[in-house]
Amino acid sequence: MIDIEHYLVVGAILFVLGVLGIFLNRKNVIVILMSVELILLAVNINLVAFSAFKGDLVGQVFAMLVLTVAAAEAAIGLAILVIYYRGRGTIAVDDVNRMKG
Amino acid sequence: MDFVTSFILVTPELMLAAAGLVLLLVAAWAGDKAAIGVSIAAAAVFFVAGLSLVPSLHMGIDGPDTLAFGGLLKVDSFALFAKALIYLAAIACLFLAPAFFNSKAAGVERGLRAEYPVLILFAALGMSIMVSANDFMALYLGLELNSLASYVLASILRKNQRSAEAGLKYFVLGALASGILLYGMSLLYGFTGGTDFASVRAGLEGELSLGKLFGLIFVMSGLAFKIAAVPFHMWTPDVYEGAPTPVTAFFSTAPKVAAVALTARVVFEVFGGQVDAWQQIVMFTALASIVFGALGAIGQENLKRLLAYSSINNIGFILLGLAVANVAGASAMLVYLFIYVVMSIGSFTALLMLRDEDGDLYETFADIRGLAVTRPAIAWCLLIQMFSLAGIPPLLGFYSKFVIFKATVDAGLVAFAAIAIAASVIGAFYYIKFVRVMFFDEPAGVATGKSGTTHWILLIFTAAIVSPLGYLLTPSLADLADKAASALFIGG
Repeated sequence: MIDIEHYLVVGAILFVLGVLGIFLNRKNVIVILMSVELILLAVNINLVAFSAFKGDLVGQVFAMLVLTVAAAEAAIGLAILVIYYRGRGTIAVDDVNRMKG
Repeated sequence: MDFVTSFILVTPELMLAAAGLVLLLVAAWAGDKAAIGVSIAAAAVFFVAGLSLVPSLHMGIDGPDTLAFGGLLKVDSFALFAKALIYLAAIACLFLAPAFFNSKAAGVERGLRAEYPVLILFAALGMSIMVSANDFMALYLGLELNSLASYVLASILRKNQRSAEAGLKYFVLGALASGILLYGMSLLYGFTGGTDFASVRAGLEGELSLGKLFGLIFVMSGLAFKIAAVPFHMWTPDVYEGAPTPVTAFFSTAPKVAAVALTARVVFEVFGGQVDAWQQIVMFTALASIVFGALGAIGQENLKRLLAYSSINNIGFILLGLAVANVAGASAMLVYLFIYVVMSIGSFTALLMLRDEDGDLYETFADIRGLAVTRPAIAWCLLIQMFSLAGIPPLLGFYSKFVIFKATVDAGLVAFAAIAIAASVIGAFYYIKFVRVMFFDEPAGVATGKSGTTHWILLIFTAAIVSPLGYLLTPSLADLADKAASALFIGG
């Protein structure tokens, strides 16, 4: 029997992977965008699992809202990444250092 | 609750949304030559939306009559106060923009773009929803609408590498913050059984289980990111430095107001029954922000970076009012927020006026040497703003710090107030450095260009408000802030 804890553990693992992906990755900004998506998917797993186990639809409505906003967020992130690449010719994380202090 | 009443309650948001959509079409059809027209139209809409708030703001409204759309939004005095402040800041940032974007400072992309006012409109719409949210879903929607527009605003100078980098950094850290906040909200939903603030609050009564505690901490961390409080402040200096200066002025005012108001709403209305659980976190964050903001600013050469640290420092004082966790503290916080917004706009306007004949912008300490000789009016206005930020009487910045400290001491948190006062002395060091450099150094003579009328009006207006004349405003400001703060505590 798959219980709510299993879903929560999967969600927590995905969330941690996403956060680590943002902080440990030194290569590519695209990986950061993927990590952000991973975090939002972890949230969605949580919401849908809670919603199903409680028999309450609010969580699923929330998950739909998150999906929509995540799409908009990814679009804007990629757009900013494109203008950044045009200016610098690289999207390596280590090169994002025009400003320091 | 029928829909008509709901729609009447959200009239300002409807105005902003309709104006945003129409002006977006105008911008798409007419192109950048319509930019000034679109800006004026946007400012007019903000003005009308702000005016529509005045009657109910004056009366003070709270209670169940303020709930709209089945409790998704709550348009009480607190939301109205924050909205009025957001609209004022947005109007100021619309006025600041043309002179900057039409000058050499904008680089190869000279010329105000018609998207700028539209993005400000949508960002302010998101902030309006944020401050009146009464449900985690409405909160998230408003927060993202604001954030997405802000990411684009930060990178609006597409061919400027610093602007693009600021946009990228803001996006990555903002998205991470939203993710953390959202994860906290999903946990709270699961462990308390609802997304509206009232049912989450009811579910949080009694002993906190591990899941609820995690939810609370994640939500608080996400919000701390958005208001740039220590330890989640590291994006602020980079984004402030890289973004175009009018956009930086916008970031340091309107979204700050919205995020602080949202934080106050969440900690009092959702976590109101668990004051012990969050009070220490907020107190620590407040003191750490005050100290780090003051220390981080000391070595800075770039003035925009310095003002970023100054905003972290100020957020610390605002959170100190929040950590007091009573009506007096919340009211002091709102008063501080208003005065901070005015000082912030004043300082950034002064920075925008430091330009040479070609319109190129100067933004380091080396460039403002001897400004009192070359541009005395700007130097004196900047002096007023800096002394006010340092909290030196009789300027209005003293009053704002005074009400915060008074609320803290009255609540018996004397030790915390003492630490904050000590740290604000450190802060005074770099504010006064401005004055030393401007008044006692040999003139650098670079910032000699003429400034536009709108900049002069804003500069003198903000300087007049923070000057001792501003004390004429304080009775009505305190009255409005009291009404707004007490609306926050109706449920608890």
